[in-house]
Amino acid sequence: MQHHLILRVVARLLLPPIFLYALYVQWHGDYGPGGGFQAGVIFAVGFILYALINGVDALTRVVPPRALILLLAAGLLLYAGTGIATLLLGQDFLDYSALSHDAVHGQEWGILIVELGVGITVAAAMTAIFLAFAGRSASVEDKDW
Amino acid sequence: MDAAFALIAGHANYWLVVILMMIGLYVAIARGNLVKKIVGLNLFQTSVFMLYISMGKVEGGTAPILTGLPATVYSNPLPHVLILTAIVVGISTTALALALVVRIREAYGTIEEDEILEIERDVGSKS
Amino acid sequence: MLQALLHQLPVLQIVLPLVAAPIVAAFGGNGRGWMIAFATSLIAFAVAATLFAEVLDGSVISYHLGGWAPPIGIEYRVDILNAFVLVIVSGVSAICLLYARASIAAEVEEKNHAFFYATFLLCMTGLLGVTITGDAFNLFVFLEISSLSGYALISAGAKRDRRALTAAYNYLVMGTIGATFFVIGLGLLYMLTGTLNMADLAARLTGYGDSRTLRMGFAFIFVGIALKLAMFPLHLWLPNAYTFAPSAVSSFLSATATKVAVYALLRILFTVFGFDSAFEANVLRLIVLPLAIVAIFVASFVAIFAEDLKRMLAWSSIAQIGYMLIGIALLSHEGLMATVIHLFNHAVAKAALFMVAGAFMLRAGTTSIPDLRGIARDMPWTSAAFVLAGLSLVGVPLTVGFISKWYLVQAALTQNLWPVALLVVLSSLLTLTYVWRITETIYMREAPAGVRRSEAPLSMLIPTWIFTGLSLYFGIDAGLTSMAASRAANALLGASNLFWQ
Repeated sequence: MQHHLILRVVARLLLPPIFLYALYVQWHGDYGPGGGFQAGVIFAVGFILYALINGVDALTRVVPPRALILLLAAGLLLYAGTGIATLLLGQDFLDYSALSHDAVHGQEWGILIVELGVGITVAAAMTAIFLAFAGRSASVEDKDW
Repeated sequence: MDAAFALIAGHANYWLVVILMMIGLYVAIARGNLVKKIVGLNLFQTSVFMLYISMGKVEGGTAPILTGLPATVYSNPLPHVLILTAIVVGISTTALALALVVRIREAYGTIEEDEILEIERDVGSKS
Repeated sequence: MLQALLHQLPVLQIVLPLVAAPIVAAFGGNGRGWMIAFATSLIAFAVAATLFAEVLDGSVISYHLGGWAPPIGIEYRVDILNAFVLVIVSGVSAICLLYARASIAAEVEEKNHAFFYATFLLCMTGLLGVTITGDAFNLFVFLEISSLSGYALISAGAKRDRRALTAAYNYLVMGTIGATFFVIGLGLLYMLTGTLNMADLAARLTGYGDSRTLRMGFAFIFVGIALKLAMFPLHLWLPNAYTFAPSAVSSFLSATATKVAVYALLRILFTVFGFDSAFEANVLRLIVLPLAIVAIFVASFVAIFAEDLKRMLAWSSIAQIGYMLIGIALLSHEGLMATVIHLFNHAVAKAALFMVAGAFMLRAGTTSIPDLRGIARDMPWTSAAFVLAGLSLVGVPLTVGFISKWYLVQAALTQNLWPVALLVVLSSLLTLTYVWRITETIYMREAPAGVRRSEAPLSMLIPTWIFTGLSLYFGIDAGLTSMAASRAANALLGASNLFWQ
């Protein structure tokens, strides 16, 4: 892959905006279309592009499969943990009003945390699915292009 | 004539949904290639997404994001939310199905249904 | 504090296995996965039993997720019927997990154990969720959680036989078509009423009366669930799926997945479509009833000629689902009672039988019937459990199978449907034939020379005998189950206004 200069340069240029855009979609979900699911997919696209250009091995050096599984679990636990926190604060499951001094701020905090959990899980899941498929077949050689 | 036109034009979204749905279901059932079956299944599911989303459109309504103006008519956001969930279910189904196809290909060396059936019939449980 | 905990029980029922699943996936290596899963299932069973005790007097618990009141928010609604099913699902999960440790160690590769138990917990979450939710779309989501993890669990049998993969794939295609049909039907109902809460749907549908959209919605939902519960002739995914799945999974899914689908059907038929509809009655009487009877006979005949023990049990499951559908199609209090009680009775008997098959698999390495000749000499306890649970399947007095058939025959007779009653009794002879065939093979045939098989380990014998014991105990003293079933039938009929009776 070393001599595909255009591909490598373009991919390198694209990666930062992709991650930045994912973060924007993640945190701007309060005010416009967006949220954890879309952001997670866009974030994973960054990783997948990286793997397509530099190979699956390079990606597993950046995010080891073990880390992906931990992130997968962490996102889901963040979501469920928010719910359990509201339970412990004496409200119903996922009743975010309990999270802050007044209900409006509580709702805002709650949805932010939950969406973060969704984003982490979706990004990790999409990357893991890609790795599961890409890691199984022989990697693409230069002569196959 | 007018009645026929109204039946077609007035229900254009349903016609599209039904046509897409039948293509998808046909491909899922009739194709022998396991990957093509999944493509058919995806088409079938997508047609249902379209059914829901076209249902949520309110005439003259805007995207359901608060504008602050009291006279604004909003489209119904609930079907969109439901379909977001259904899309996630669809993605999981597709990923799982493709994973199974990869494993089937590794175990049988083919992803054609009739060839797999033949192998299963010949070899039996000896594998 | 205790009061607050009691109030949160409905959501804890779902959240506990849901939280345990990612923990097992991430940290479940070296046998920890099994321990966490088993502990979680025990707690879930305790929660379900508490809920059951709370609603036994006929009260209804309504839990509002996120504090949003229904019909806008998602509601978890526990009444006697779904508390009964919750107890079945969580109890069967706990006992199957106890069994799974030795069985899965032999049938699934070591490196996949953490994922296996995480998937098992997710499947359990989905099944409990379908049962507890009062929101129709939420039901679809949980149905797919349980189905997707179910496909993955079945494909885990691929180490032993690669046909598990094709079985899981076919189940996936059929199951997804079924789930999508369900969503289409739900979309039509939503179009009509603008609500998804089951109780609210029921109230509004009564007001709208009959229409073509309503009928289409009913048809789509009915066919969708029928695919999931393997109603004849939509059963084709089931035999291979149950035959090639790991034994613990066969046992778990046969006792829960189809039962939960039957529960969903009961909910949709009686709680949601509880309107005065000749259409629904006609579908049940003219389509479901004949199909159910055909299912019993066809599936039992195939079971008689099956060459593999697990395949025989799978076909027998299709026949048993036929009995449940007859109970529904009779549209009476007695009929529903027979269906609800058979949910429990078939779950314990079939789970025990699949566990026996798994023990044979572990010790003899096969479940092919000719290879099991004389195995009772080497595995007396396992074989005895097979005979007792098999008698329960046949419906011999003093077993649970007799209780269900007794109610079913009575229900048919009170409506003067004596041919149905006669056929139900006759079909028991077919069941007896295939149970006898196995009994004869394992007890009376000479074992192949030089083959010795040791008795199954205690961790597998105990769960097998728990189920066998339950199928005997509740056959002798059916007080608790028949009271619960009777009240559940009352609740179903009371919630719906069945004017056609």
